[in-house]
Amino acid sequence: MEGGASVAIFWLLAALTVGAAVAVVMLPNIVHSALYLVLTFIGVAGIYILLEAEFLAAVQVLIYAGGVAVLLIFGVMLTRRGHIRQSNPFNSYHVAAGVVSLALFILVVLALGRSPWHAFPGPWPEDTVGAVAEAFLGPYVLPFEVAAVLLLVGIVGAILLAREEKGEK
Amino acid sequence: MANRIERKSRLGEDLLIFWGRCSKILYQYVVVAVFLLGAIGVAVAALAANWLVRPKRPVAGAKGETYECGLETQGPTWVRFKVSYFLYALIFLLFDVETVFLYPWAVKFQVMGWFAFAEMIVFIGILVLGLWYAWKEGALEWK
Repeated sequence: MEGGASVAIFWLLAALTVGAAVAVVMLPNIVHSALYLVLTFIGVAGIYILLEAEFLAAVQVLIYAGGVAVLLIFGVMLTRRGHIRQSNPFNSYHVAAGVVSLALFILVVLALGRSPWHAFPGPWPEDTVGAVAEAFLGPYVLPFEVAAVLLLVGIVGAILLAREEKGEK
Repeated sequence: MANRIERKSRLGEDLLIFWGRCSKILYQYVVVAVFLLGAIGVAVAALAANWLVRPKRPVAGAKGETYECGLETQGPTWVRFKVSYFLYALIFLLFDVETVFLYPWAVKFQVMGWFAFAEMIVFIGILVLGLWYAWKEGALEWK
């Protein structure tokens, strides 16, 4: 029963993710596409939770469903376009998109079939977040602080790029 | 040939392990699922109750019009926004990423001791510098 339930949840999440992804490419309104993309990200986060990668799931929700979605919505808001109902002009290329997607799918399946599968040695780590914390604050403390500097550079760069000139108002 | 069969059986074993792990994890997320179902249920129940109780008259006259603050809208509603608003999105994103770094630290905070605390103070201090700069440049003012 338990195995059955987890299989059912996996298929539910997979259907949600793929269905939302199809909606992203098929819908004519790009704002709807962006919102369905958020649903896709959340579906992927659910699959991460099924894989017991909770930290990855949290990061997926924070960065992709939070940050990247906000960037996308702002990107749509800031660009000049024609009518909103025809704002996703690339979803009329059904044949070309189908051929490219099919080719990519075959490539991925071939790569999966050829790669050697090794079982994970030993038990899986129980506490993934704790291990990440110990790595950050122990041996990898310098890259950790450098990441802060990188974020600082990002903030300063963003302000320099996007702010108005001082006298301009 | 033998190699290929072995590879396939290994893949099967991995899948079995995967499903086993999944079912174990499921018990921890039953609460989450109950909350999720409750949230969806409340929304659906509210809509269904409205649909049941409301009078089913066809929309007539100006009732179906879009209006803004009691007035009819003028011009297109989908307009291009000023680029400077992108700043808020970027600053949000950067502090969003900071949260990702804070999260493992917050989980392990009580066992890691003062060294980790000092490290995180340095980390946050560097980012507060950025916040101070944003403040100084007036980037936080909504214009």
